[in-house]
Amino acid sequence: MDDVKLSKVFAALADPRRRDMVARLATSDATVGELSESHDVSVQAVSKHVKVLVDAGLVSQSRDAQRRPCHLEAEVFDLMTKWIERYRQQAQARYERLDAVLADMADGGHATPTRHIQRGAAS
Amino acid sequence: MTTNTRHQVTIEADPTVPAIRMTRDFDATPAQLMRAHTEPELFARWVGPDGMDTRILEWDATTGGRWRYVAGRDGEDYGFHGSFHEVGTDRIVQTFTFDGQPESVALETLTFEDLGDGRTRLHAQSLVDSFEGRDQWLASGMETGVDQGYAKLDALIAEL
Repeated sequence: MDDVKLSKVFAALADPRRRDMVARLATSDATVGELSESHDVSVQAVSKHVKVLVDAGLVSQSRDAQRRPCHLEAEVFDLMTKWIERYRQQAQARYERLDAVLADMADGGHATPTRHIQRGAAS
Repeated sequence: MTTNTRHQVTIEADPTVPAIRMTRDFDATPAQLMRAHTEPELFARWVGPDGMDTRILEWDATTGGRWRYVAGRDGEDYGFHGSFHEVGTDRIVQTFTFDGQPESVALETLTFEDLGDGRTRLHAQSLVDSFEGRDQWLASGMETGVDQGYAKLDALIAEL
């Protein structure tokens, strides 16, 4: 399965309708028919969206069951979310260091001396 | 940290172009943010990952200038270099390359939006040349191997 790419997961989740479906599937499995009803979209359209989600590895459909309910592969979803969150935390840490540098600059009276109002630490 | 009043960074991976967009507010003026991004001794104090020393080797933060720095920890060095395409009053456009992947270049656009009252919103966009590159970037951070990340996802998908 080397053709599976994180890009596919992003692309699959780029569509707001598919994001809604993922949110719906996060609560419980559902058939294409049920998704069609709850999202007021034609069965054909839902089938197309589901195919994209399946290709991305986000959703699976059991082969033998007649109803073929769609199942969210929460692990794939969580893994992606975790990656982005780690990246975000690194950026956050970097910008908190920048906060400190900027606060120093304000104290030192460089550039335009702006009033820096300290927020209450425990408010 | 005992407080959660810090401004939080938001991240968005664009579905249509291989870009990462970040937004973050600061209690500082656009001019101060510009200085923190263009004066090497200020920049070196915040850019590197925690626990890493940043050593600026070249720095000419003017339109058409170039930069190069090394981030080091425990004897391991990671080098980065690029060009300042444009250094304006509230905008910096620059390229960014990790020496370990010299063929990859990101185009970074930083905009400092004045919110008034000594506050500024930073918009940072990194545009790379492929979605794979973008997603690797996003998946890797700097500390964990990209391959490791992908191997994990592959293994997971294979189990399905």
